[in-house]
Amino acid sequence: MNALPLLSTVIWLPILAGIAVLFTGSDRNAGLARLLALVGAIAGFVVALPLWTGFDSSASGFQFVEREQWIQAFNVYYHLGIDGISLLLILLNCFTTVLVVIAGWKVIDSRVAQYMAAFLILSGLMNGVFCALDGLLFYVFFEATLIPMFIVIGVWGGPNRVYAALKFFLYTLMGSLLALIALIYLYLSSGGSFSFFDWYMLPIPFAAQVLVFLAFFLAFAVKVPMVPVHTWLPDAHVEAPTGGSVVLAAIMLKLGGYGFLRLSLPIVPDASQALSGFVIVLSLIAVVYIGLVALAQSDMKKLIAYSSISHMGFVTLGIFLFNSIAVEGAIIQMISHGFISAALFLCVGVLYDRMHSRQIADYGGVVNRMPVFASFFMLFAMANAGLPGTSGFVGEFMVIMGAAKVNFWYAFLAAATLILGAAYTLWMYKRVVFGAVANDHVAALDDLSARETLFMVVLAICVLFMGIYPAPFTEVLHVSVNDLLAHVAKSKLP
Amino acid sequence: MQTLYLIVPLAPLLGALLAGLLGRLIGRRGAHSVTIALMIVAFGAALAVFRDVLDGNTFNGAVYTWLISGDVRFDIGFLIDRLSATMMVVVTFVSLMVHIYTIGYMADDPGYQRFFSYISLFTFAMLMLVMSNNFVQLFFGWEAVGLVSYLLIGFWYTRPTAIYANMKAFLVNRVGDFGFLLGIALVLAYTGSLDYATVFGKVDQLAGMNIEIFGGHAWSLVTVICILLFIGAMGKSAQFPLHVWLPDSMEGPTPISALIHAATMVTAGIFMVARMSPMFELSETALSFVIVIGAITALFMGLVAIVQNDIKRVVAYSTLSQLGYMTVALGASAYSAAIFHLATHAFFKAVLFLGAGSVIIAMHHEQDMRNMGGLRKYMPITYATMLIAALASAGVPGLSGFFSKDAIIEATRLSNLPGAGFAYFCVAACVFVTALYTFRLIFMTFHGKERFAVGNAHAAQGEHRDAHADAHAEHDHSHDHGHGHGGRPHESPSVVTLPLIALSIPAIAAGWLIGPVLFGNYFGDAIVVAPEHNGLAEFGKTFTGVLGMMTHALFTLPFWLSMAGIAVAWFLYIKRTDLPAVIAARFPLIYRILDKKYYFDEFNEWFFARGTRCLGQGLWRFGDVRVIDGFVVNGSAKLVGWMAGIIRHFQSGYIYHYAFTMIIGVLFLITLLFMQA
Repeated sequence: MNALPLLSTVIWLPILAGIAVLFTGSDRNAGLARLLALVGAIAGFVVALPLWTGFDSSASGFQFVEREQWIQAFNVYYHLGIDGISLLLILLNCFTTVLVVIAGWKVIDSRVAQYMAAFLILSGLMNGVFCALDGLLFYVFFEATLIPMFIVIGVWGGPNRVYAALKFFLYTLMGSLLALIALIYLYLSSGGSFSFFDWYMLPIPFAAQVLVFLAFFLAFAVKVPMVPVHTWLPDAHVEAPTGGSVVLAAIMLKLGGYGFLRLSLPIVPDASQALSGFVIVLSLIAVVYIGLVALAQSDMKKLIAYSSISHMGFVTLGIFLFNSIAVEGAIIQMISHGFISAALFLCVGVLYDRMHSRQIADYGGVVNRMPVFASFFMLFAMANAGLPGTSGFVGEFMVIMGAAKVNFWYAFLAAATLILGAAYTLWMYKRVVFGAVANDHVAALDDLSARETLFMVVLAICVLFMGIYPAPFTEVLHVSVNDLLAHVAKSKLP
Repeated sequence: MQTLYLIVPLAPLLGALLAGLLGRLIGRRGAHSVTIALMIVAFGAALAVFRDVLDGNTFNGAVYTWLISGDVRFDIGFLIDRLSATMMVVVTFVSLMVHIYTIGYMADDPGYQRFFSYISLFTFAMLMLVMSNNFVQLFFGWEAVGLVSYLLIGFWYTRPTAIYANMKAFLVNRVGDFGFLLGIALVLAYTGSLDYATVFGKVDQLAGMNIEIFGGHAWSLVTVICILLFIGAMGKSAQFPLHVWLPDSMEGPTPISALIHAATMVTAGIFMVARMSPMFELSETALSFVIVIGAITALFMGLVAIVQNDIKRVVAYSTLSQLGYMTVALGASAYSAAIFHLATHAFFKAVLFLGAGSVIIAMHHEQDMRNMGGLRKYMPITYATMLIAALASAGVPGLSGFFSKDAIIEATRLSNLPGAGFAYFCVAACVFVTALYTFRLIFMTFHGKERFAVGNAHAAQGEHRDAHADAHAEHDHSHDHGHGHGGRPHESPSVVTLPLIALSIPAIAAGWLIGPVLFGNYFGDAIVVAPEHNGLAEFGKTFTGVLGMMTHALFTLPFWLSMAGIAVAWFLYIKRTDLPAVIAARFPLIYRILDKKYYFDEFNEWFFARGTRCLGQGLWRFGDVRVIDGFVVNGSAKLVGWMAGIIRHFQSGYIYHYAFTMIIGVLFLITLLFMQA
């Protein structure tokens, strides 16, 4: 065991850094706030790296475990540990935080300290979700992440930000309140324990399993988001500042997928199996229906938001197919979607910062003025359309392969994304980027700045690397996914 | 040797990266020098590999492990046998020629470096496709060539037609890929591997298996897989009804029409099916499907070519028709004949396209053949090479196209699949059609009266003109391809004519290899043919050598059909040039249907494109906006608001309201107490 409690560092360092940034106070010290935030974000990423290097991908169970008593009266522990699934998500989270700080560097010019602090604190809290092995601790982190995002949308958002922030908050809160009841039920029926490990062993009658499953399902389905509880996402994205959209799409949605993997499947496997058809159907609706809805969008951010929902459909589909290639594919899809959606929202941000419009109709012929930007945007658009050689392909491919093992029609409907994904992405690209210069505003555009090029290059490398050589990503997942599937296969009916 | 294998695809990739990323740094000369040098390296390496393979050395191995998931391992690897080695040589050779040609054709284009980067990238992707030893890499190459095709069709991105065509091409291909990926998924689901050797090793187990697609109906698994895979081929190789993208792809610069949309990429589907021959041989249903689709494509697209006036579109429809021939060959289990025709077609069609490009330059981007004529004396080299290619295309004995096409026709005649009779009718009839449209092109372009106005050529309404003008205006380049405006058309520079000459040599001679290639077990184990399907071998029994085949041809139907086609073309377009209009006026319905290409574009635009958009709009407005947000979400918010609105009246804030309620309450309680007592 390491001398330094690594997981605690990964959680609390960004939070402390965020608090420190808050202390820089008003915008007179904006420069200092930015610098401090960057240092904090990079430090947060650096301290997460030993998790990758020190992770033993052949070992079963959780690693880097920390366990301290927290609330004695209720037998609550500060219990942390990670497996391969959490490892990848933590790294993605820390990485995205750095990007977001850089992306907001110039664009945010009011309440800079608070903006930066919100993201740092959010990053730490989300790491907490991915590390927690205690039910109450998990719930606290899970709910706490709402607050910074609520503030980000509500304060730095667009004109309709209050509606969007409230919708976001109430939607997700409504979902997770039922999850709290499920947690209390599990606490009581396990004889007073919040430990995931106790819950994994706990026999639960079928009817109760179904109720617990549904309670969890609502919480996580809202987060993912799954059809039909997805309508908060397009509004939230449209109103959120670029950084908010990036974190929302890249990490926050993954809390839902992670919740299914960490709680639903292993704790109530029989209900998960019994209700898998229901989840699969909803996921396929997400792929096809939302894919079609995305075609109808005239706002770039809304379009990418719908595209996100459609891609997250692959995550829930893969998880509930219960075979290793599909589940691994779902996790890979989460990571890949983190890169791609972040990249696409940053691309829209780049345009928005210059034109202050997200309407597709206001653009046209951007390539004439911004060829470098157009190249990056093309790469990410193609990745979004699942082009092989980019990360977008890997997860979709794996899930479709896994689906064909279970049912031909699952694979058939999932593969519809090949056409729909390409249609809505490329049609948007065509209308925005190609063509002759559409108007004077487009004619006045400048190509990427050095700062913008920096994060485009970094994301491009990630997208391509993961597409060309995804083996390292799945390698850390094998044992964790096998453990998980073994759990699911074992009935827990008493 | 293994290093050589790697060099073949990686050299063009390096070229693409250098020209693409450092384009501004190395300039125009640097970009074409570096890409062409690396293409020469690739071509040399491909030749060395080819020789090595002819010596009997094949290779099947991994380069690196792409992914391991569960118990499945996906490798990136090469399968080098006679099939892939042949393709490697064809691809690198045509690509090299097109690279050189591009120096002349794109000379003044502002996107010069970008263009070289793209065509090198394309060559890399195509090589990855043909060299693959597994389905994943095949799919990677498959999609990557699609990507580059998309980028190149939309190369002149300011032109609305180009950016419409490239999206259409990508999406139609995606429809094919949809089937292709499902086929791959079924292969993995039932064999547990995507490695060719493993899959083909287990193919006998698949033969007896059934799959229930629609409840209660058991279908042969192999048939389902093969048809799904073939749907992929239909997209990429532009087979009916997924052919619609190819004519529009002519929006791209001519060099890529030659390289991608004639010689190489569109033949990927043919190559793929040949590669999958161990599977297709197990399903007669799938083979029948293939042969019928191919036959429809061959004949009906050939007919459209007759009424086209845009020189590139004639060649494009001709390509569709020739791809139909190859597909028919696949269906007739004459895989080697399909690959043989693929190779000869690559040469003569590349000449036709590059020749057309040469004409287009000479005519200052005029593409309408009605405004050409008599060009023969101005551009003798272009004329001679195109004539050779036309003769080869029409199947005149002695040239490459004759041998490969005749083998296909004979194999179809000898096939006893359901649908083979129809296919034979189509391919035989199409010989006449091919000769007619090819020589219509030659006669209208190079013979007869000069129908262009000298000095005014640039003002003609060529499709290229606007975009070029836009692109040029912006980058302040003059647009004269090295010669003045308004002069008489004259022969293109040597960077253009040399590739034409180099390509017309195999366009003449490649056919002479028919004996060893088709009947000498040239492809060995790479292609599997079930004995009962082997019409080609039966034809081989009568084969007495190249000269024998040529003399024998004089007594066969196809030869005379071909001669008749040329004669009719001569009569209509040289002798009685007034007749075509008369015929068109006489049969207005047929002319209209052909002119509108059977109304496919109109139907697709109306049904699929508009239909899908409307469906998306409808689902969004009804499902998301009205039902979920309007009714459920905002509805429940309103419900809460409404209830709160009622309850609010109880908290009016007036003391006397509260006092009154309290008194009523107290009275009520007291009454209750008394009643109990």
